[in-house]
Amino acid sequence: MKTYYNPDDLKKFGSITNLQKSMGDKFFSYYGEVFKEGALTAREKSLIALAVAHAIQCPYCIDAYTTDTMEKGCDEEQMMEAVHVAAAIRGGASLVHSTQMINKIKEISM
Amino acid sequence: MKSLKAQQHPISEPSFGLEILEKSYPIDSNSSFKQKLMEIGLFPLQSISIDILQINMGKMCNQVCKHCHVDAGPDRKEIMVRETMEYCLEVIKNHSIKTIDLTGGAPEMNPDFRWFVESIRAINPNATIIVRCNLTIILANPKYFDLPEFFEENRVEVVSSLPYFTAMKTDSQRGEGVFEKSIRALQLLNKQGYGVPGSGLILNLVYNPSGAFLPGSQEGLELEFKKKLKEKFQILFNSLFAITNIPISRFLEYLIRSDNYEFYMEKLIENFNPTAAQGVMCRNTISVGWDGYLYDCDFNQMLELKVDIQGSQHISDWNNEHLSQRNIVVKNHCFGCTAGSGSSCGGSTA
Repeated sequence: MKTYYNPDDLKKFGSITNLQKSMGDKFFSYYGEVFKEGALTAREKSLIALAVAHAIQCPYCIDAYTTDTMEKGCDEEQMMEAVHVAAAIRGGASLVHSTQMINKIKEISM
Repeated sequence: MKSLKAQQHPISEPSFGLEILEKSYPIDSNSSFKQKLMEIGLFPLQSISIDILQINMGKMCNQVCKHCHVDAGPDRKEIMVRETMEYCLEVIKNHSIKTIDLTGGAPEMNPDFRWFVESIRAINPNATIIVRCNLTIILANPKYFDLPEFFEENRVEVVSSLPYFTAMKTDSQRGEGVFEKSIRALQLLNKQGYGVPGSGLILNLVYNPSGAFLPGSQEGLELEFKKKLKEKFQILFNSLFAITNIPISRFLEYLIRSDNYEFYMEKLIENFNPTAAQGVMCRNTISVGWDGYLYDCDFNQMLELKVDIQGSQHISDWNNEHLSQRNIVVKNHCFGCTAGSGSSCGGSTA
């Protein structure tokens, strides 16, 4: 059965440089730099990546950062809390727009 | 849970596991461990010295851990006899071996365990003696309650597995209730001075992943374990060793049963690290089986891959010159020791 997402495609990610080498190389170099230990630990960055993966609903990223956070010693509770952070921001982003709705209600109401 | 051997599971036959590792995707002749070593000029892999004598005192254990490469458990009756220990003592007496690393099973269940430890200490007052203690044995029976005192009296270093600082993950790997007992045992060891700064009594913990993934940074994991164990249980320890699960025995069975074999082997191969390959533990270790046969490591022992020296494959035929210059037997399970930061019985190697 054909699907839009194939887990094996994640392994081909590096080959995107075949079509545009300099930009691809710069991206991967930047990517590697971002995830190094810095002011944030690699572990904290991995949890952020896991949350973002859920926010943007990227199945490749969810697979990759579920494994990565587990490798970095995070437990299921911490990982689920990270996903709740993503959900709270996504939910909050919708809800905070209701202020615009409320403004408009006021604007057009007697 | 029964051992694979008691279940008569095919993977309990070393040749069956080896065949899977040699013939199944993702490994072929171009991607074998031997081939990888050849690419970096490290084949044949050779011994550098014999600093560590790791002695497997038997497969008997009070636990049945899901990842155990020994396939140890209460139903395993193979244990080292005193005669074989006497041969080990001869070797320790006559050669400059710095570390004697006692493992199992639960080595403490061997009836000659205490005699053996005391004899080693009497022969070599300066040697490092390590006991790989599963912690729960200390609480398993009144006859083991004084183990912390015995360890202290003989200046034994204790190395203990604790897969995680929560009950869920620990128990899922090591059995129901193991976490709680392990915490109590660690507290008893701390009370004896083990892991306490300034005491000189060393307590190291072993982390290994509870599933089909690699261990992360040993340093990061150690910080996290120290913080959590101190906060939650007032437990202190010296160092954390992050160890990769080797795809043999029960862990291989898990990988196949859970359909993770290909994923895990791909990960090990992709993460092959030449620096870790330089520093593999088999280059300065000899592993002694419960029956006295000699191996390059505890994993080769479980796969029944004896040292490749005719006439010196048993502790009673120890030939220091040949053993310290031997070519090491490598197979594809060795990818487990060379992935990422590397893995050994003392943790990361790169």
